[in-house]
Amino acid sequence: MSTLSTSQRLQAFANPTRFMSLSGRILGPMAAVTALLLLSGLYFALLDSPPDYQQGETVRIMYVHVPSAWLAMMGYMIMAGASAIGLIFRHPLADVCAKSAAPIGAAFTFLALVTGSLWGKPMWGTWWVWDARLTSMLILLFLYLGYIALWATIEEPARAARGAAVLALVGALNVPIIHYSVVWWNTLHQPASVFRMGGPTIAASMLTPLMLMALGFTMLFVTLLLVRMRAEILRRRVRGLLLAKADM
Amino acid sequence: MAEFFFMGGYAAYVWPVYGLALLVVVGLVGQSLLDYRRQLRLVSELESKAGGRARRAARTHRSDA
Repeated sequence: MSTLSTSQRLQAFANPTRFMSLSGRILGPMAAVTALLLLSGLYFALLDSPPDYQQGETVRIMYVHVPSAWLAMMGYMIMAGASAIGLIFRHPLADVCAKSAAPIGAAFTFLALVTGSLWGKPMWGTWWVWDARLTSMLILLFLYLGYIALWATIEEPARAARGAAVLALVGALNVPIIHYSVVWWNTLHQPASVFRMGGPTIAASMLTPLMLMALGFTMLFVTLLLVRMRAEILRRRVRGLLLAKADM
Repeated sequence: MAEFFFMGGYAAYVWPVYGLALLVVVGLVGQSLLDYRRQLRLVSELESKAGGRARRAARTHRSDA
């Protein structure tokens, strides 16, 4: 093992068979950590954190809304990154990763949009405004749905992967637009208060539930991604076996 | 307790957020696991139908990897 170069080791890890055995071993512990993080996050979010002095109890919406929005964007970056690796190195596992990330990312985008709406009504007095942040998030949802639809329409996995990867990469332009939308344009949406120059401006008592929920959502995303990648690898094995049977 | 559910008068906004989050998470986990089990079953069905020779060949190939 010590004689192997780093790239050889990476390739060994990226082998689907190796991936199946490795992911099979870490899934259980990852699910346990996810559950622990989410339960402790919920405890602080609902029971052990103060209401905001301006927003009152609606601040508790933040502990679901903000992690969902982060995961919506992280999911897209995983999808676009894996798509780029798939296009350049033609590695099947990268395509599997990109395809598996899409439905999870879409679900979190949907959650971010609806919870934002439920927060907007009491705080802004409206369910929806067509401003830059909200509109670019809606475009993100449509990009996810378009990506999923493209996979569903092309029968042959290698061809579907290439087409979908191009769509994912073009759509990646939207991610920095979402992030900077609150800076570049006038909006009702508040600016970043955690990942900003000069550190977070949010109170520690609210940062604890926010960070626990964000970590829990992230672990949930990664765990689900592994499960879906395993299912996708099996789906391709089924396809191979069916094609082999048709040949006989 | 009643105060907790009242959410300072914002119950109609706060609880749907947590309810929907639960629904989305349970839906994602459930759908992912069901699909995984389905594919697992299909693979084992097809491999057992493929006959002894193909299965032996597949096993040799897998241990090569």
